[in-house]
Amino acid sequence: MTAEVVAQALLSGLLMGFVYALVAAGLSLIFGLMEIVNFAHGEFLMLAMFATFWAWALAGLDPVLALPLATALLFGVGWIVYRGVISRILAAPMLAQIFATFGLSVFLRSGAQFLWTPDFRLVQNPWIRGRFSLLGLFVGAPQLAAALAALLAFGLLYWFITRTETGLALQATAQDRQAAALMGINTERMFALGWGLGAACVGTAGALLANFFYVFPDVGAVFALLAYVTVALGGFGNVAATLLGGVLIGLVENLVGLWAPAFKYVGVFCFYLLVVLWRPQGLFGRY
Amino acid sequence: MGDRGRRALLAGLGAVLVAFPWVFVNPYPRDVMIRIFLYALLAQAWNLLGGYCGQVSLGSAVFFGIGAYTSSVLSLWWGVSPWIGMLAGMALAVLVSQAIGYPCFRLRGHYFAIATIGIGEIVQTVAINWDAIGGARGIWLPIKPETLVNFQFHRAKWAYYYVALALLAAVFGLTAFVERSRLGYYFRAIREDPDAAQSLGVPLTRYKLLAIAGSAAFTALGGTFYAQYVLFIDPESVFPTSLSILVCLVAVLGGVGTLWGPALGAAVLISLSETTRIWLGGTGKAVDLMIYGGLIVLVSVFQPGGLVGLVGRLGRRPGGPASPTPVVVPQGTG
Repeated sequence: MTAEVVAQALLSGLLMGFVYALVAAGLSLIFGLMEIVNFAHGEFLMLAMFATFWAWALAGLDPVLALPLATALLFGVGWIVYRGVISRILAAPMLAQIFATFGLSVFLRSGAQFLWTPDFRLVQNPWIRGRFSLLGLFVGAPQLAAALAALLAFGLLYWFITRTETGLALQATAQDRQAAALMGINTERMFALGWGLGAACVGTAGALLANFFYVFPDVGAVFALLAYVTVALGGFGNVAATLLGGVLIGLVENLVGLWAPAFKYVGVFCFYLLVVLWRPQGLFGRY
Repeated sequence: MGDRGRRALLAGLGAVLVAFPWVFVNPYPRDVMIRIFLYALLAQAWNLLGGYCGQVSLGSAVFFGIGAYTSSVLSLWWGVSPWIGMLAGMALAVLVSQAIGYPCFRLRGHYFAIATIGIGEIVQTVAINWDAIGGARGIWLPIKPETLVNFQFHRAKWAYYYVALALLAAVFGLTAFVERSRLGYYFRAIREDPDAAQSLGVPLTRYKLLAIAGSAAFTALGGTFYAQYVLFIDPESVFPTSLSILVCLVAVLGGVGTLWGPALGAAVLISLSETTRIWLGGTGKAVDLMIYGGLIVLVSVFQPGGLVGLVGRLGRRPGGPASPTPVVVPQGTG
């Protein structure tokens, strides 16, 4: 095992970690706002990937051009899901909420299979493709683009929730629903906005992943599982820590994958267990 | 409904269930009933820990798989009777549950739930890569003469029905006993407010470990039954996270922290998935799963406390005693 191979794995892990972080950021945002874990998050990602694929297959749009479309589309999906389902169960017990989003995930996944069959699909010859060599390491162009764009999107999201007035209203709602309402913040709209933004994160991530990843109805499952672990690792309620969580998981996954590819997720879960046994609230969690 | 009425209802239900295989003699309804019994049993096991004690676990499959594999491996290697294997599986599941619970009960709410998912994934991956116990290929149980000792019934499949019913009755009986005992009150106290319970002298970790031990033992029981019923097990069928989630769903659908919730949930969810599968499955279009998912969303939106609450509401008469409100798990309790 040479240093070069390890460096290669670290680089791949880092790049993938940023994408994991963006997927998890949406989950973390929604959780921080209303303490609901969205079990349909992976299916949101799947929808974004399919949207990107169909934009390419039907309209000839490259994933780069489809990215804003997928982001906007998923924002709408998140908003509608909030209005249609979640707003009705805000006061329901945690398990009923999990149950509702789980039902939604089954519905969306089988709906995708119904409409588009379980076939694996791939965008052929996207604009961003191939790989190049950097300091003796291979870098996949789509992976690098995905990582940079994910980082940029993450930064935008963070800027939005910490620097804009609407973002601050969002945070106020997350901290104390009633106090925020008394200050004249429309909390209903903030919740819907949170779901829209959370889904928009996976909208962007899905369009980026569609450049180099197969698109099929079950694609969201593994990303969603990793996203839950990412959020918990960083700590529930801390969106910034999700970035660290995503990068750590990408690194662990790729390093363990070097020695024992079959056990790469075992490595990720063991890492999670070690971290939370040491710090039961994740690395930087509020809850 | 008075105590007497309740007893009569229970006796009536028991009589119907005992008579069922003689009225519906076809294999299919019997198979559906057996699966309802199995899921009711697993959901009740989940309920003991997740419902009464408030520790939401998504790792039932770990104990289910341990039960299935222990009895199967013992039977395959040394010809041990599955009944003894069942006890061994339960014992092993209890040991593993303590090893999981002791460190993990420090975690609260979602951190605990995700930890149990992680442990489930780890155990499944280990089972897939462990060649001595069949690895990813799984285990075909050798066919033996059909006797009760061998726990195999080939021509008289109704025997499986009664074994499942008996196991289910035992698990429900024990849970009913726990529910009324001091233990049950301690469990609920821990669920409602762990800090208050602790300040009143309830040792949290000890009672959570008791709850997970009972839950693990019951789940392993179900695992052995499954292995003997299907006679083939592999990591995909007995260790998947989807099984853990389904078990939790059955309990949540029925009513968390209620004695009859898991039975009601299993009866509704399994019949629902069977019905949609028969009418709409087989097209490869997954319409059945779409309807199934859609109905799950509807139930949780309109009946978030579980179906037990609905039955209570329908059964309530003006002027009669109020129905018991379904007990719900508050958000983020530890």
